[in-house]
Amino acid sequence: MQRVVVLGGGVGGTLTANLVARKLKRLIARGEAKVTVIDATGQHAYQPGYMYIAMGTERAEKLQRPEKSLLDANVDLVVDTIMRIDPAGSLVELASGEKMHFDQLVIATGSRILPETIKDFETEAYHFYTAAASARLRKALDAFNGGKIVIGIAGIPYKCPPAPLEVAFLIEAELRARGLREKTQLTFLSPINRAFTIESVSEMATPIFEEKGIDLQLLAGVDSIDAGRKVVITDAMEEYPYDLLICVPPHKGAQVVIDSGLAPKSGWLPTDRHTLQVKHLVASNTPDAEIPRYPNIYALGDTTDLPLSKAGSTAHFEAPIVAERVSARVMGREPEGRDASYTGKVMCFFEVGDGKGTLLQFDYENPPKPPKPNQLWHMGKIVFNKTYWHTVPRGRV
Amino acid sequence: MAATITRTVDARGSFCPGPLMELIRAIKESEVGDTIAVWSADKGSKTDIPKWIEKAGHTLVSLESKDGYDEIVVTKAR
Repeated sequence: MQRVVVLGGGVGGTLTANLVARKLKRLIARGEAKVTVIDATGQHAYQPGYMYIAMGTERAEKLQRPEKSLLDANVDLVVDTIMRIDPAGSLVELASGEKMHFDQLVIATGSRILPETIKDFETEAYHFYTAAASARLRKALDAFNGGKIVIGIAGIPYKCPPAPLEVAFLIEAELRARGLREKTQLTFLSPINRAFTIESVSEMATPIFEEKGIDLQLLAGVDSIDAGRKVVITDAMEEYPYDLLICVPPHKGAQVVIDSGLAPKSGWLPTDRHTLQVKHLVASNTPDAEIPRYPNIYALGDTTDLPLSKAGSTAHFEAPIVAERVSARVMGREPEGRDASYTGKVMCFFEVGDGKGTLLQFDYENPPKPPKPNQLWHMGKIVFNKTYWHTVPRGRV
Repeated sequence: MAATITRTVDARGSFCPGPLMELIRAIKESEVGDTIAVWSADKGSKTDIPKWIEKAGHTLVSLESKDGYDEIVVTKAR
């Protein structure tokens, strides 16, 4: 019996498990293979929708479904917390005490937010990375009657890189519609030397900040908050006063991959950019070609240290490669076809406000060339969000 | 006299903006007067890192091209 164990029931874990179950259908029917997803909650959240709760156009209950309802009938689901991964012993230890053996392991444990690591963040700052936080931001926006809004980012990488820019553009449009724009000063703090990490997207977004009269400050990553004086302090020690502070909280990979000695303190799992195999943890100056890869352990989605967006889209396009490689190993053949190797493909929508959006499509070799924002791409994002449950996890798109 | 390097941040495996973020982390963990060297193979670093150093009020000691990477040396000034 070949046992495929998938850690995490997010976009990457769910889609990979379903694709593997499809490829191994005959082996599973004969009892020669088994696919198991282990997830801490048993609930699948559509995280890209959270931002829209803050914008008043989405409801939390629409963004969560039981994980079991999204899995192929041939995939087992175990709801438990993963305590330790033992690559040498090919075991995963669970909070229940169970030790699960694997032949092939897929780590899709995602990222987590750590607002508590910045003093007063949880009382002073608002964000949109959970349904509850996004609802709290909505209330704050409803109560807002003018003043200084500062939108910042406390550390890179973070989930859905366009999101804080989208929030800035959408809030600006909302304030105009509510007649509050003249009474509001909007400031966006970018932690790097441009508006966005990818240069071509930055070139598209920078004029939008200008058109909308949003003050774009560069090299201004959020470091700390002085709640008494209501100022946010950047890592270059500049201060920005706020009446309403919206901030992307610090992010890290899952604690279990750090505790298992697979990832450094950041939690981002060293991962081969093409095979998506997990790499051994070695000194950072070791040439990539010399770093050994675990032959039977793969990672995808937010979990990895790849220089790509931490977004469901990345996991969506990585999953077919992991599924092909895992299935090939189970079947004792070489990975084949277009899913044998990952090219770095990512595709995501980018809202600019006023019912317009654009599309970012790129890979390792080709940076995005976002088309001029229009209503079509905004509608594309809305339709994609609404139809997600029937498409992505089941491998239909 | 050349400053004595207190700490070296080897960010050669890291892409933009990783080296800048790693330098910011190292500065935060250091004492005023400490000198930090950051190694970066990312082309953007040699413009972005000195700009951040200037903005943050620290001192750029040197910027040197080495074998396949740049070494940027900075002293924490405040």
